[in-house]
Amino acid sequence: MSTEFEPVLLAHVGQPESHTLGYFEQHGGYQSLKRILSDVSPEELVEQVKASALRGRGGAGFPAGLKWTFLDKKSRPIYFCLNADESEPGTFNNRILMEEDPHQVLEGLILSCYATQASTAYFYMRYEYPRAWDRVQRAVDECYAAGYLGPNILGSGYSLDVFLHRGAAAYICGEETGLIESIEGKRAWPRIKPPFPAVEGIFRKPTVVNNVETVACVKHIADRGVEWYRSIGVPPDPNNPRDIGSFGPKLYCLSGHVERPGCYEAPMGITVRELIDQFGGGVWKGRRAKAAIPGGISMGLLREDEFDCPLDFNGPGRYGCLGLGTAAVVVMDETVSIVDFLHNSCQFFAHESCGQCTPCREGTSWALKMLQRIKAGRGRLFDLDLLLEIGDSIGIMPGTTICGLADGAAWPIKNAIRKFRDEFEQYIRQTNPNGYAETSPVPAFDLHAIHGTISSST
Amino acid sequence: MAIVTIDGQEIEIEDGARLNGIEAARRAGVEIPHYCWHGGLSVVASCRMCLVESGRRDLQTGQVSMLPKLVPACQTPATPDSVFITNSEKVRAARAMVEEDLLIRHPIDCPICDKAGECSLQDYHFEHGQKERRADLKPFTSRRRSLGDTVTLFVDRCVMCTRCVRFCREVAGTSELMVTDRGAHEEIDVFPGFPLANKLSGNVVDICPVGALGDKDFLYQQRVWFMKGHSHVCAGCSTGCSIRIEENQGQIYRLKPRENPHVNQWWMCDEGRYGWKYVHAGERLTAPNAEGKVLEWPAIIDKLQTDLPKAGRLAVALSPFQTVEEAYLLAKFIRQIDPQALIGVGPIPHSGDDESYPSGFTIRAEKCPNRRGIEKLAGALQGELLSWDTLVKRCHPEDEHSAQGLWIAGGYPAPAPWGTDPWITESLAALPLLVVQETFPSPLGERATFQLPATTFPEREGSFINYGDRIQSFTWAIRPPSGVHADGQLYWRLLQQPGLYQARPVLSELAEFFVYFSAASGPIPDVGLDLKINQLAASGPELAGIASAHTPHPTA
Repeated sequence: MSTEFEPVLLAHVGQPESHTLGYFEQHGGYQSLKRILSDVSPEELVEQVKASALRGRGGAGFPAGLKWTFLDKKSRPIYFCLNADESEPGTFNNRILMEEDPHQVLEGLILSCYATQASTAYFYMRYEYPRAWDRVQRAVDECYAAGYLGPNILGSGYSLDVFLHRGAAAYICGEETGLIESIEGKRAWPRIKPPFPAVEGIFRKPTVVNNVETVACVKHIADRGVEWYRSIGVPPDPNNPRDIGSFGPKLYCLSGHVERPGCYEAPMGITVRELIDQFGGGVWKGRRAKAAIPGGISMGLLREDEFDCPLDFNGPGRYGCLGLGTAAVVVMDETVSIVDFLHNSCQFFAHESCGQCTPCREGTSWALKMLQRIKAGRGRLFDLDLLLEIGDSIGIMPGTTICGLADGAAWPIKNAIRKFRDEFEQYIRQTNPNGYAETSPVPAFDLHAIHGTISSST
Repeated sequence: MAIVTIDGQEIEIEDGARLNGIEAARRAGVEIPHYCWHGGLSVVASCRMCLVESGRRDLQTGQVSMLPKLVPACQTPATPDSVFITNSEKVRAARAMVEEDLLIRHPIDCPICDKAGECSLQDYHFEHGQKERRADLKPFTSRRRSLGDTVTLFVDRCVMCTRCVRFCREVAGTSELMVTDRGAHEEIDVFPGFPLANKLSGNVVDICPVGALGDKDFLYQQRVWFMKGHSHVCAGCSTGCSIRIEENQGQIYRLKPRENPHVNQWWMCDEGRYGWKYVHAGERLTAPNAEGKVLEWPAIIDKLQTDLPKAGRLAVALSPFQTVEEAYLLAKFIRQIDPQALIGVGPIPHSGDDESYPSGFTIRAEKCPNRRGIEKLAGALQGELLSWDTLVKRCHPEDEHSAQGLWIAGGYPAPAPWGTDPWITESLAALPLLVVQETFPSPLGERATFQLPATTFPEREGSFINYGDRIQSFTWAIRPPSGVHADGQLYWRLLQQPGLYQARPVLSELAEFFVYFSAASGPIPDVGLDLKINQLAASGPELAGIASAHTPHPTA
């Protein structure tokens, strides 16, 4: 990585009082907001963000500026949703931003709302972030007092209200249409698309949903310009005309078996190995790494020999993973059993599946049941084929579900079994020497001991 | 006109028809399996059973480009140039997957499930499912709970299509049902203290594609394959819902709504659905009697034929529970004896106000199926409409043109409405000759010269005309109980017609003689026929937009 890289998103994290308006204004905060509200039209700001090729930081990497241009221009009001329901296992970059530098997020939010001409913004924060909640609420109050929020901001004629909305601890609320349903007070069942939120979102009005880190990047694009932004990261793949590149600084959440876990800022495209060695201080206790999750558990799994995978929007895909996701790298050392990893992953997705689409609801719970049985010493080699079949058939990639949760459930299954099949087979043969070759359904009577009583089994 | 291709077969879809893949395929004779989609409810596309391959045909080149992913047919509109493939290997695999998924936690208790025989899960499994079970067997449970007075939920059988939840929100507007918990733990439930208690509640059982929702009234009463269904019309109110009467050997077990976009869409109310019990009530009048003596039918018919002509001025009250054909035969018989006979209508039962639901479905306050029909008939025959009250007055001895003989046609479900007013009973019982046809004995009937058992709606044949002038024809679903002559057959015999009563020739006669009925000269479709169309046409091209549209303007 280049040595001259200067962190901007985390520049003030760790400084005393970094979350206050006073500190933020002393360090140049809200200067861009003042300049843009007086000198730059919303259309010009949208063009700048489009030109920067800023891609959404929430997981899918959809170009933010392009998303904004899809808004239905005829329908008013426009709503802006800030997705701070950061629930992907291993991910905590939004939390750092909201707790340590909330005004950075708010300035980005106000700029993004100005660009999209939204009059109301909902700040959807996950339930488990009480400190972030307090600090963002305080920051919003400070902004209202200082005139950065409310009617006629800084005399520009532009008005904006921000409402904090606290989730109730469901993973699915991070899916943009699930989030919209949740804000409307409904069960967070993702909506069928079309219509997309840009046409019909909250209360059937045009809506933008963006991640916390995405709007923070908007602030820095406004501060430093498009050229600066495009000087960082990975240019487009010349062989892929649809690729717009992976530019800009990125927050990487590093956790698991590393010496110094944490949230680090690096240019897009850093490899897993560089991240572990340069930021994480190497693998924990000098052990060898076995595998790593590239970007939150739903993105799949990388083997140790795949650690040269660059963490940009295209890199993990070339290694069989789903994508960059939230860039949350979880490192597992050689002592970790991949069977345990997959069991944990299946447990998470079976628990969090919203239950709307049949393939996801039943597929995730079936996979978990099989993993529970394998762990209980009643695994069969046939189960691996069934698991792979589930992994290959659920999700929006094959078109069998409404939202991407099932893809997230499928990728760990597919990656773990395809990349570590020997380990699974060995585990099953060792723990179930008499029955590993069975293929007929396991009788119900045998399952009581594994799944517990009927009603308490997951 | 849009051309849509389904499995290589091209079909035409008229402009303005907003069809999805399932509906378009249906027109091509292709059944796309589905659970959550229902024509009367919003689209959620969550069961994923209707996954198909979809694409577009380029009009210029004829080139077909298909989407790489499967799409739910319910959510995919059939637009011009749409291409659907419903029988590819990929589609078959997806269906097998969904079918297998739905059976993982299903108890597979078909032998004790009411839905067996008409269950989508069962049918689709045989058609689209895996040959063998691959998932672990599920310990059998049979959890159930009451959702309200009418419906029981069998929790484990549910496939979470949420049709019932959407029905309560969108059609009934009462939102009692909801989904609790998440993922594989999801269940349908009600809030404590707020049971499923709307007047359309029985419909959730009909739309449940599996055996999860059981109708408490029908539960464990009859296997569905033993029952025969008969297209009929509900007699509960003047909406006249299209229904199916399901019976086995003359015993009715349940009524179900029949799809009719012009009347009841897919629904019927609980009042109608469960309101047929009186048909099999033991208290029904089943023997005809004259002057208090029970007589055999041939004797009764002889006596009617001799006594009625001797009575003097006659009057008849047609019943709003009779079909127009039956009413017409009765009126014809009476007018044959006394050409000046008064023809009026019986009492019209009312209760409360019309109740409309968000979907437009309306339960009407007028609790009879055929007021419109008999009023039009009586009015046309009499030249003016004689209401029940007028008719009673005209039968009172103080009236100068007082009738001496009155025939009251009944068939009312509950105790007949004339039984309550002593003034009516006294003045009518004083008539020299009174014929009362009734389902249940009333004080007036007991004092009548002739007390004849009347028919109930499943035993009738003919046509009802609902509040909106829609005529719907049907034949009898069950035979009347022994001792009861069906109204139509009785009048047929009184008119000394040969053979058995059949409604169709009578309706043709009506259509020939009365303008109001003229549209009914041809066949009556399953969804009925709007008689207003011909009325407008009959009143001249100026009033009938439909007529002028097809007739060139004289000045053009």
